Amino acid sequence: MARATVPRRLGERLRWRTARLTRREDESSLARTLVLDVPGWPGHEAGQHVDVRLTAEDGYSTQRSYSVASAPDGETVELTVQRTDDGEVSPYLTDELTVGDLVELRGPVGGWFVWRPEQKEPVFLLAGGSGLVPLMAMIRMRRAVGSRTPFRLIYSARSPETRLFTSELRRGDPGLDTTYVYTRSAPPQWPRPAGRIDASVVSGGGWPPDFEPTCYVCGSTAFVETAAGLLVALGHHPGRVRTERFG
Amino acid sequence: MTPTPDFLDGNAAAGDLESLFGTDMTMASGQCHGCGRQMMLAETHAYLGGPGTVLRCPGCDGVLLRMVRSAHDMWLDASGLDHLRLPVSA
Ligand SMILES: Cc1cc2nc3c(=O)[nH]c(=O)nc-3n(C[C@H](O)[C@H](O)[C@H](O)COP(=O)(O)OP(=O)(O)OC[C@H]3O[C@@H](n4cnc5c(N)ncnc54)[C@H](O)[C@@H]3O)c2cc1C
Ligand SMILES: [Zn+2]
Repeated sequence: MARATVPRRLGERLRWRTARLTRREDESSLARTLVLDVPGWPGHEAGQHVDVRLTAEDGYSTQRSYSVASAPDGETVELTVQRTDDGEVSPYLTDELTVGDLVELRGPVGGWFVWRPEQKEPVFLLAGGSGLVPLMAMIRMRRAVGSRTPFRLIYSARSPETRLFTSELRRGDPGLDTTYVYTRSAPPQWPRPAGRIDASVVSGGGWPPDFEPTCYVCGSTAFVETAAGLLVALGHHPGRVRTERFG
Repeated sequence: MTPTPDFLDGNAAAGDLESLFGTDMTMASGQCHGCGRQMMLAETHAYLGGPGTVLRCPGCDGVLLRMVRSAHDMWLDASGLDHLRLPVSA
């Protein structure tokens, strides 16, 4: 069982590990999935992240967080990184890092923004852009363990080309309903014009508050502020709304 | 449009916190010394861009915890917290 592979680490300092890129795949016009081999990987829970550290020849080093995209699978860890054109780290990870290259990472970390298969309440996922990554790990974990917990996903993307995991979501999973929202350009004949997520999308694509779903909201800080605010305004208890701001 | 605040969630500091405390601290709960609010560290507002890591109270914006690494030392100031409560395994 996936769960049993996550050891308790009380008292053990978190270590930086060396990971090797074994494969990379285009995920959208902006994003790449990096498949990493991480010797000694202890396993992870759906929603956790890793810190990635890059060090230059002159010793300058910088780190960023990336959610684990994959369900636990031995010593393989998948990250899906969306390029920020003027960013420092993400263009390096998406464009420069090639198969065989090494990066340092530590983790998995974060026990809060996590979905565990033993949770039985309905799950409401709200993703903006690359905020889909940890929520996709939850969807993949649900599939991997054969859970029947009903999931609903609202996914807000700039345009159809920037969507992540398009074919996997199109294939679908029984008990997972997905609603798309486009903020800049919607496909032709799309029922809803391009625009930000609003109360009608959240109530139409989600669960009513009486169902007491656990809500996971992830994306840019602006998206998270808007979506979490809408959930609470619609009557969802703030204690059941978990957020992950990507910045 | 309101300007977007520049903080992340306390969860984004999970790696730094765990490397210091040796266990996942995002599920630790704490009480704000300023306003008395109880929260998980994952729910605090995390400011990671500066020379250290700062966690602020989502209620009163007071500084709860500050971690700064110098060349030889790690400084931890948690005086904004009345207490921290950690789940322990049986
Ligand atoms: C817990 C967590 C999980 C995450 N998971 C993922 C994930 O799965 N996938 C993913 O793609 N991202 C994820 N992120 C976001 C990721 O950590 C990075 O923030 C993102 O990749 C951008 O990093 P960068 O180095 O490319 O950009 P940065 O160099 O950090 O720049 C980001 C933006 O800030 C602006 N900026 C930078 N410096 C300044 C400055 N001094 N003044 C003004 N503006 C400035 C830049 O112009 C740019 O637009 C996650 C974040 C968190 C906290
Ligand atoms: Zn306070």
